[in-house]
Amino acid sequence: MSREIKFILNGNPICIAIEEHWTLLYLLREKLGLTGTKEGCGRGECGACTVLVDGLAINSCLYFAVETDGKNILTIEGLAAEDGSLHPLQKSFIENGGIQCGFCTPGMILSAKALLDENPRPTETDIKQALAGNLCRCTGYVQIIESIEAVVDKRIEDINVVVRETGDSD
Amino acid sequence: MEEFTVIGKRISKVDAVDKATGRALYIQDFKLPGMLYGRILYSKYPHARIIKVDTEKAKALPGVVTILTGEDIPPIRLGVYKDNPPLKSGKVRSCRDEVAAVAALDPEIAKEAIDLIEVTYEALPAIFDPEEALKPEAPLVHEDHKTNVLKMPWNLHYGDVEAARLEAAFNVQERFTTTWVTHCCMGTSGAIADVDNSNNLTVYTNTQIPSLAQKDFQETLKALGVKDRRVRVIKPSIGGGFGSKLDTYAYEHLAILLAWHARRPVKILFEREEEFLATSPRQPTVTYISMGCDREGKLLYRDMSMVLDNGAYTSWGATTPSVMMMPITSLYRVPNVRYTAKCVYTNNTYCQAMRGYGNPQATFAIESAIDMLAEAADIDRVEFRRINSNRPGDVTPQGLRITSCGLPECIDAVSKNLDFGQPREKGIGTGLASLIHVGGGARIYKSDGCGTMIKMDDYGKVDVFTGASDMGQGADTVIAQIVAEELGVKVEDIHVFHQDTDICPWDVGAHASRTTFVAGNSALGAARKIRLRLLAMASKATGVSEDKLVLKDRAFFAEGSPILPLPKLLRSSHFTPKGQMMMADNFYDPENENMGRDFRGNMSATYSFGTHGVRVKVDEATGKVEILDYIAAHDVGRAINPMLLDGQVHGGVLMGVGYALTEQVILENGRNMNPDFRDYKLLTAMDAIHSKPIVIETVDEKGPFGAKGIGEPGCVPTAPAIANAIYDAVGVRIRDLPITPEKVLAAIKKKKGAVSCGIDVFTQKEQPCE
Repeated sequence: MSREIKFILNGNPICIAIEEHWTLLYLLREKLGLTGTKEGCGRGECGACTVLVDGLAINSCLYFAVETDGKNILTIEGLAAEDGSLHPLQKSFIENGGIQCGFCTPGMILSAKALLDENPRPTETDIKQALAGNLCRCTGYVQIIESIEAVVDKRIEDINVVVRETGDSD
Repeated sequence: MEEFTVIGKRISKVDAVDKATGRALYIQDFKLPGMLYGRILYSKYPHARIIKVDTEKAKALPGVVTILTGEDIPPIRLGVYKDNPPLKSGKVRSCRDEVAAVAALDPEIAKEAIDLIEVTYEALPAIFDPEEALKPEAPLVHEDHKTNVLKMPWNLHYGDVEAARLEAAFNVQERFTTTWVTHCCMGTSGAIADVDNSNNLTVYTNTQIPSLAQKDFQETLKALGVKDRRVRVIKPSIGGGFGSKLDTYAYEHLAILLAWHARRPVKILFEREEEFLATSPRQPTVTYISMGCDREGKLLYRDMSMVLDNGAYTSWGATTPSVMMMPITSLYRVPNVRYTAKCVYTNNTYCQAMRGYGNPQATFAIESAIDMLAEAADIDRVEFRRINSNRPGDVTPQGLRITSCGLPECIDAVSKNLDFGQPREKGIGTGLASLIHVGGGARIYKSDGCGTMIKMDDYGKVDVFTGASDMGQGADTVIAQIVAEELGVKVEDIHVFHQDTDICPWDVGAHASRTTFVAGNSALGAARKIRLRLLAMASKATGVSEDKLVLKDRAFFAEGSPILPLPKLLRSSHFTPKGQMMMADNFYDPENENMGRDFRGNMSATYSFGTHGVRVKVDEATGKVEILDYIAAHDVGRAINPMLLDGQVHGGVLMGVGYALTEQVILENGRNMNPDFRDYKLLTAMDAIHSKPIVIETVDEKGPFGAKGIGEPGCVPTAPAIANAIYDAVGVRIRDLPITPEKVLAAIKKKKGAVSCGIDVFTQKEQPCE
């Protein structure tokens, strides 16, 4: 069955006719050409397809496209600022070795964003729990966790020293 | 110490921005106009005769373009032993045997068509245990081969093991086993084949061997009757390699065959379950080892024999004994060694290279037995390893020439950082294990070479065309650093191309931890040619003698001051009469040796060493092992990029921990019982270990800026270090990987004298206490 849905995708309103059995992952990759969201298993086991729906990290391979109607979707393509400057998490993953083959990276970064948006001062355990659904075979997770910790530390630094950011740095 | 501007710096991976923004393209992301989707039908049985393949219903399905069975394709044989046709006819020998392939307009139609193909089989008696497969009455996997034992005799005997055995004061004799584990690349396998009207072939594929794959694909074209056409291999960003992509596979050749018949591009992309079922895992082993030492703890002999479950076909897994020989003959000083290995056909899945290439399997047996021998000799296990440590200048019984060697320093670093002397607590123990690995290439083929071409433009920007392959490990970045250092420019001035055989030079592949050493030296040599020309030109332009000129930060310096910007010199070389192009090429082939008939030979131009130490806590009520501390000391020659180096170590260690404790492809009568991430226990962020990498720099004289390979070593000694720590903690010795809580608990109960050791979760059978 075909139907029309409206939602916000990376800050832009979208209106599109979809089939009800489509997953959000299928819609993003195959119909909208946003291939930054990866399919690692198609069963919700690896987290490579993680995107944010109204700020929550979800596996887009298990999420029906129809459910996005009226919601706000963020994919990796929408994370950098409009002028192209990278989100602090993107920068930190790049600078701290959080990326090797890069296949898990979009999902990792978005899971991390969901965590920091909800809990700006996570402990190492909080970070590990937030990433538990995102598999990575290359890094042993250590430099990924360090990449996120560096953003947290930087925020604490910024707030203590300059008090210029009240909320998210994005 | 030498002053470097780029070498030794924590520089971000050059493709990291693309990967962090979702722009990097993987095979999953490629689509060509008119592209069809291919899919493979696999066997229902581990061993059966194919009586009939009926494709009529599938052919009638709208949207199906091409269907191929084993009867429709020319004779093509894949793998090192040429025993594997991309589609089987007559007989299937394992559950992953390819029986038919379909190309259709979309993936759903292809899937439906596969379901409509009707195959009639006649099941045959099958063999799943390699030791059983050795028996004369065992069913033959390949009848025309006459025996299940591969004709690859791995036998060596240096010195006199039997005489040394009589001499030894202390001896151990043990049996160890390892099982299948799989690469679990986050990006699944896939390929797109495209044949043009002149029969030139382009293959987009995940491969670690672009130049050799090109040759394999050429062979398939030849089988189709096409000669002397161009084959181009394009390598997208690769979602993990770890050895899995060192061969070409049926799916790649099927994409070519389907594209050939359909005259349209065809893509085959594995789903995750297919990735588990139809890719080749690490080679499992059954190892018998005996080892002895004198009263002072000096090793006198090491005697090992192995049976390897080859599976039904032959890829690189069968040749892993060639690398196992290295730790067997040369990890620690041991004058008398014997080793024999048999690779045996079974109806299981066939095996492949995986990070370490047999070394983790061999080192598990060796380093477990070293601890047992130290205990028998009543010598401290750290001291025992110091006594027998390799040293610079050693020539091992196999003829490996040890040049730079930081093994004693690695042992000391682990000993100091792990603090083996800490007061003991119940259930807590420590363990260590060391490794030797090829660090200066490995002459597996006649050539161990790699080519590089470099061109420099008017502004000092540099294009580097390398034969090396990056699959996430950072080959592109390390090469950029080496070239930037040599040419006095910044890493951001360098663009490394490694994705396309049409423009990149030849290389034997990303294996054997060889890329930093071999591709690095190749790039360094090419850059040096340009550097020398630049220096001569700059000297002529400035009147300063070449030896007084320093090229760095995009300029020439004399006596500490910049006197000529590099871009200015470059432009003058183009804009003067009889100008010249700044281009250079270099082919580097290290001075290492093929093994002789007696398996002697200095396989690598240098060797990497390392020692891992671990503190574990064993829950005696459940058998669960928790890792408290982990120290990984590696002699890497020189760290070109400490951040990427740490990444290789952290990643290797966690892969090793998975190998030690949780990972296992469970095959029951040849059938994969856990083809997903719920049941295949890949470690998650919750299991991440804050391992502490320690870098020992021995500055190897042959390495580029002194560097040796580090890709594989991180996962080599992990399992024995953990097994030794478990023994230290609770006094039970586990000889079979993975060391699951069930095995630990059963061993603890047995030690305490309990009779029943519970139900095995996998077999649902009563578990004997052994």
